[in-house]
Amino acid sequence: MIPAGFEYHRPADIASAIALLQQHGDEARVIAGGHSLIPMMKLRMADLSHLVDLQGISGLSGITIGEGSVSIGAMTTQNALITDAALAEAVPILREAALQIADPQVRYLGTVGGNVANGDPGNDMPGLMQCLDATYTLVGPDGERQVAARDFYEAAYFTAREDEEILTAITIPIPAAKGYAYVKQKRKIGDYATAAAAVLLGEGFASVAMTNLADTPVHSDAASAALAEGDVEGCVREALQAIDPQEDMRGPIAFKKHVAGVILRRAITKAQERAA
Amino acid sequence: MKDEITPEDRVANLKGMGSSRKRVEDVRFTQGKGNYVDDIKLDGMLFGDFVRSPYAHARVKSVNKEAALAVPGVLAVLTAEDLEPLGLHWMPTLAGDKQMVLADGKVLFQGQEVAYVVATDRYAAADGVEAVVVEYEELPVVVDPFKALEPDAPILREDIKDRTEGAHGPVRHNNHIFTWEQGDKDATEAALAEADVVAEEMIYYHRTHPCPLETCGCVASMDKVTGKLTLWGTFQAPHAIRTVVSLISGIAEHNIRVISPDIGGGFGNKVGAYAGYVCSVVASIVTGKPVKWVEDRMENLMSTAFARDYWMKGRIAATKEGKITGLWCHTTADHGGFDACADPTKFPAGFMNICTGSYDIPTAYLAVDGVYTNKAPGGVAYRCSFRVTEAAYFIERMIEVLAIKLNMDAAELRRINFIRKDQFPYQSALGWEYDSGDYHTAWEKALDAVGYDALRAEQAQRLEDFKAGKTRKLIGIGLTHFTEIVGAGPVKNCDILGLGMFDSCEIRIHPTGSAIARLGTISQGQGHATTFAQIIASEIGLPADDITLEEGDTDTAPYGLGTYGSRSTPVAGAATAMAARKIRAKAQMIAAYLLEVHDDDVEWDVDRFAVKGAPERFKTMKEIAFAAYNQAIPGLEPGLEAVSYYDPPNMTYPFGAYICVMEIDVDTGETEVRSFYALDDCGTRINPMIIDGQIHGGATEGYAIAMGQEIAYDEMGNNKSATLMDFFLPTAWETPTYTTDFTVTPSPHHPIGAKGVGESPNVGSVPCFSNAVHDAFRPFGLVQSHMPHDHWRIWKIARDLGLHG
Ligand SMILES: Cc1cc2nc3c(=O)[nH]c(=O)nc-3n(C[C@H](O)[C@H](O)[C@H](O)COP(=O)(O)OP(=O)(O)OC[C@H]3O[C@@H](n4cnc5c(N)ncnc54)[C@H](O)[C@@H]3O)c2cc1C
Repeated sequence: MIPAGFEYHRPADIASAIALLQQHGDEARVIAGGHSLIPMMKLRMADLSHLVDLQGISGLSGITIGEGSVSIGAMTTQNALITDAALAEAVPILREAALQIADPQVRYLGTVGGNVANGDPGNDMPGLMQCLDATYTLVGPDGERQVAARDFYEAAYFTAREDEEILTAITIPIPAAKGYAYVKQKRKIGDYATAAAAVLLGEGFASVAMTNLADTPVHSDAASAALAEGDVEGCVREALQAIDPQEDMRGPIAFKKHVAGVILRRAITKAQERAA
Repeated sequence: MKDEITPEDRVANLKGMGSSRKRVEDVRFTQGKGNYVDDIKLDGMLFGDFVRSPYAHARVKSVNKEAALAVPGVLAVLTAEDLEPLGLHWMPTLAGDKQMVLADGKVLFQGQEVAYVVATDRYAAADGVEAVVVEYEELPVVVDPFKALEPDAPILREDIKDRTEGAHGPVRHNNHIFTWEQGDKDATEAALAEADVVAEEMIYYHRTHPCPLETCGCVASMDKVTGKLTLWGTFQAPHAIRTVVSLISGIAEHNIRVISPDIGGGFGNKVGAYAGYVCSVVASIVTGKPVKWVEDRMENLMSTAFARDYWMKGRIAATKEGKITGLWCHTTADHGGFDACADPTKFPAGFMNICTGSYDIPTAYLAVDGVYTNKAPGGVAYRCSFRVTEAAYFIERMIEVLAIKLNMDAAELRRINFIRKDQFPYQSALGWEYDSGDYHTAWEKALDAVGYDALRAEQAQRLEDFKAGKTRKLIGIGLTHFTEIVGAGPVKNCDILGLGMFDSCEIRIHPTGSAIARLGTISQGQGHATTFAQIIASEIGLPADDITLEEGDTDTAPYGLGTYGSRSTPVAGAATAMAARKIRAKAQMIAAYLLEVHDDDVEWDVDRFAVKGAPERFKTMKEIAFAAYNQAIPGLEPGLEAVSYYDPPNMTYPFGAYICVMEIDVDTGETEVRSFYALDDCGTRINPMIIDGQIHGGATEGYAIAMGQEIAYDEMGNNKSATLMDFFLPTAWETPTYTTDFTVTPSPHHPIGAKGVGESPNVGSVPCFSNAVHDAFRPFGLVQSHMPHDHWRIWKIARDLGLHG
């Protein structure tokens, strides 16, 4: 569990960070909280010669509550999502989900940007961001661009982010819907989801996404539409159509499909109670 | 001289037996000041690291060291070829087998040691490991012990192929290690044939791992000038390791000093000898420098000793009223690639023949077949005496299975079959003499404490609500009454590698009335420095706080067989009491001399000898200690010390009654332990607080094992659970809340009546948790479902029973 040797860089601004990524190409990777990347390096599954630490760049963290939206800096820790009262007021589902991620030690260091940029289907934030219809701000050599969370994930560890781009912020429209829930089944504290569901529910509106049930997060338009019409069974049916879980130590595929439905129903019930 | 304080105060001041004295070890542990193997840093120390096999069964065609040797800092790469001239490419196991130190032509399990890289630091060693190029040729893999015994199964151990005789008698297949039979086969089969009722079931106790928080490791330091080898390591049996190192390396035993420093949990994982120890010793001899080797978590889970993996086919016979008339068990034991079980020599399946449990079963028969497969070797006693957990799980499941067959309440079935108090000492059908017990009293106390009848009524109501669609949760009530066999053991039938399983204690009283005691055991978290001082305090009347306790340094401690199998208190604790009594006997003579009376005219009183009938004339132990060093007493040598080597006349038989209430979500398979009641009878209780701590810890391990912890392999022999993401270690969040209770039935043959307790909770809680799961589904027809009861497996029970609609 000892990583191969690497060079450590700590640039002071985004431009220098991007320059380092350009200079070293494949060999370089940014590091945020390190709580996904370092384990991979220790297992020698990620072999990188250059680590570009984002901790030294100011302005990358913080939560700003605007008129209709919330902006969260990429380097904001997952713990900050739990402790920010205004955020809990504006987008309470974020706090509910963050509380179910890993354990306090991981959340003190792990960042929101790292969680969504990582591309691990086990991460909880990507599905949640799809449910919330968030947008990611990416900055690269050619400037800045916005990518919808719903368009960002291509396959496990493959995203729309170019190697030389850095994710700087996440913008979340403040949901009008009052109903929300993030429900996650896991084996123990610190475990990734066996199945998790994010649900937003309001008058004639619904949004549904699921975590760790395919090689990307799964936001289903059909499931969301069915739920918006109050058709819970239809919603579950559509969501189960959209997922594609794999067997692992958490259980076989049939089990995961079954609990996906159970967890989604529970999330819907909870959201309905809150919406009422 | 008049004494101011009361006799009660004098007893309390000693903090002797019965006192919940705080653990003296915790001062350093809670401040991060422990001294573990990995804390040892020596000048010029080198580091070793292993190249391990990615395959479960393969021929090793070649090992190319070139690129590794080019890595800066890498000094050497050892392979079997390098060890062969020293005769160290293989080593003996504790079970009469031998094991490759480094792959000799082939590998037999994933994670097996292939080459050992020595470097100036850990990082260079790890880079060196990456750079070694090994060419493998894959061979067919066998992970199923039943398939391993089929006629056309691949031959795993080519080194001993075609043998007909193994270390424990005849073998009938290349992958067969031994058959061990106990009891009366014919009589048992007759009992089964004649019985009103026979229940039959396969009970599988899955493979798991002790997973101590500190992994295994060592530092070997060969001093070429003095010719002395010092070996620090995570050893549960430092003296035995010294003897083994001497025997296999040829270094004279007096030139070897083995030191077990603080150990961060052992649970059986640290009893055996590992390739890392041998390679580090060789590397230190070759380089003349100290060499450190410490496993990482994945290495620990993949390659050092696993536990359990017993397929136990059972038949239990009874009258229609529920009186058990016979028990039959055939076990297929998966030992992995080498037989490296840590059992006393004459017991290749440990004390599995305690499987008649707490019950008066007139006839029984047990046969165990040991089998080689392409899995890691081990089969150690994970917080239990040798295979006692397997035995307890087997009988406690068979009782439940029989209760189902008889349509009886399982608490009642136990009650009518318990060995009665007046039957002790009790001769079991499988050959043991149970020393003492009072099972009925413990059982009634436990059932009363949890309100058993009310619980059953609540459970029945819940079942009705479930059937009416009002809830999706069931309640399971898990019952267990276990009997352990610990404290190995009498030298006449217990040895490890020919070393009798006695243990020892040496006590030296200092002139000012404080003391140091050294034992042949070694604490790994049990709190020996606390409890053994309490035994001495009560025996010789010096405060426990004034007694230093040392273990683990073979140059200073008397020889002993170490700590595992709950043997420290039964064996070394007895030695401690006996050594203390020798001191007290001499102290009596000194006191009599000082008081100018005959030896028989003084009597012991808490912390002093007083003249019979004249209690105001006395000498305290402190005064006596000083006199031992400054008075010339006719007929007595100066000084006040004693040593005792204790060979126990019998094992001890702790027991307990555990009851668990569990809520089970049939849709997700999630469970919640609502309550867990643990009544333990470990005989005389030395430190109730430490006992409670042991119960909490062991029951939490039991919870993990029953509810999710496993070492799982796929068909290719890949270990699927080699990290703590998949290998379940409960956090504080998952850990149940425990209620502890006790009865006291002292051991009649132990000097202080103590029986040992550290392993009871693991032995007793596993069947208790498992029985709770089974009990919840009993109304729907569930008879047996194998552990671990993780979410998906519970979900599968519900699905198979049609509970998902
Ligand atoms: C024991 C344990 C349990 C865990 N359980 C959970 C869980 O239940 N749910 C969950 O969601 N997560 C879990 N995690 C993961 C944790 O939340 C990580 O912190 C998170 O996934 C990554 O955030 P980070 O800041 O640590 O990123 P890092 O590890 O530093 O980086 C992760 C990846 O994202 C890239 N990256 C990071 N920041 C940026 C950026 N701003 N722009 C572009 N690329 C970037 C990195 O290059 C790297 O490839 C767990 C982790 C551990 C160790």
